Amino acid sequence: MARVIVDVMLKNEILDPQGKAVEGALARLGLAGVTSVRQGKSFSLELEGDIDESRLAQIHELAGSLLSNPVIEDYVIREDVR
Amino acid sequence: MSVTMRIGVVTFPGSLDDRDAARAIRIAGGEAIELWHGDADLHGVDAVVLPGGFSYGDYLRCGAIARFAPVMGPLVAAANGGLPVLGICNGFQVLCESHLLPGALVRNTDLHFICRDQRLRIENAHTLWTSSYAEGQEIVVPLKNGEGSYVADESTLDMLESEGRVVARYIGVNPNGSRRDIAGVANARGNVVGIMPHPEHAVEALTGPTTDGLGFFTSLLKGLVEA
Repeated sequence: MARVIVDVMLKNEILDPQGKAVEGALARLGLAGVTSVRQGKSFSLELEGDIDESRLAQIHELAGSLLSNPVIEDYVIREDVR
Repeated sequence: MSVTMRIGVVTFPGSLDDRDAARAIRIAGGEAIELWHGDADLHGVDAVVLPGGFSYGDYLRCGAIARFAPVMGPLVAAANGGLPVLGICNGFQVLCESHLLPGALVRNTDLHFICRDQRLRIENAHTLWTSSYAEGQEIVVPLKNGEGSYVADESTLDMLESEGRVVARYIGVNPNGSRRDIAGVANARGNVVGIMPHPEHAVEALTGPTTDGLGFFTSLLKGLVEA
């Protein structure tokens, strides 16, 4: 079994009001010096068998179409080796 | 001779405003045709409305899963071929996710779900969906969304402005942080329009704040008759 993690973050130029709200809460709870919080999504895909190149290409394709919207988000794919 | 125009309204799992959209079409004089998200074709309709609501529970991103529904394959192809398509609220989000319209709709700047009667200015009265209005006309229709903040990069916004593709703009207060107060945009050809507020909820004095929204539907019928 293989595991692939797809992390999706809003692009830097896109305002993240949820991250801002979390930033405010962290400060209120006493964490000093927080200058920015950005909130993203993480998808953990468990797959049968091994990851070969064509499968990885397919995951990239879907990470850039379904899992993220390239107009507002960037994604990073990493294989979770355990 | 009078031929009734057949306007499809797509129902996705979680669509809310499909009934109101169908009603607005009937009040404007068209025939509303129910389309199902799982349909593989458009049943020969003359135009399509993607209604408001929470397709697929707004999971992942608003409109992100609806974009891949079976009905969207033929819809995207037909829209690229000139079929008139109006996306309202969630329908606008689906059109952006489908790349039929540029930009995206993200969480309202103040994080609140907003529900109120909203004043708009019709900026482009030449699209298939806005020709019943006068350019610069002010209308009031309901607005209700949590993720209605229109965003696009600066060059896309400049292009939309210079090509007259900003269809409607919020006036008074910008309710959700939309860039340049944009409430609705069109594609280059003007057959595909997305709008965040709800014209279909303002077609009858009994249930709407005004009947200002009816113009979107009468515009289309007028255009199709003339075509």
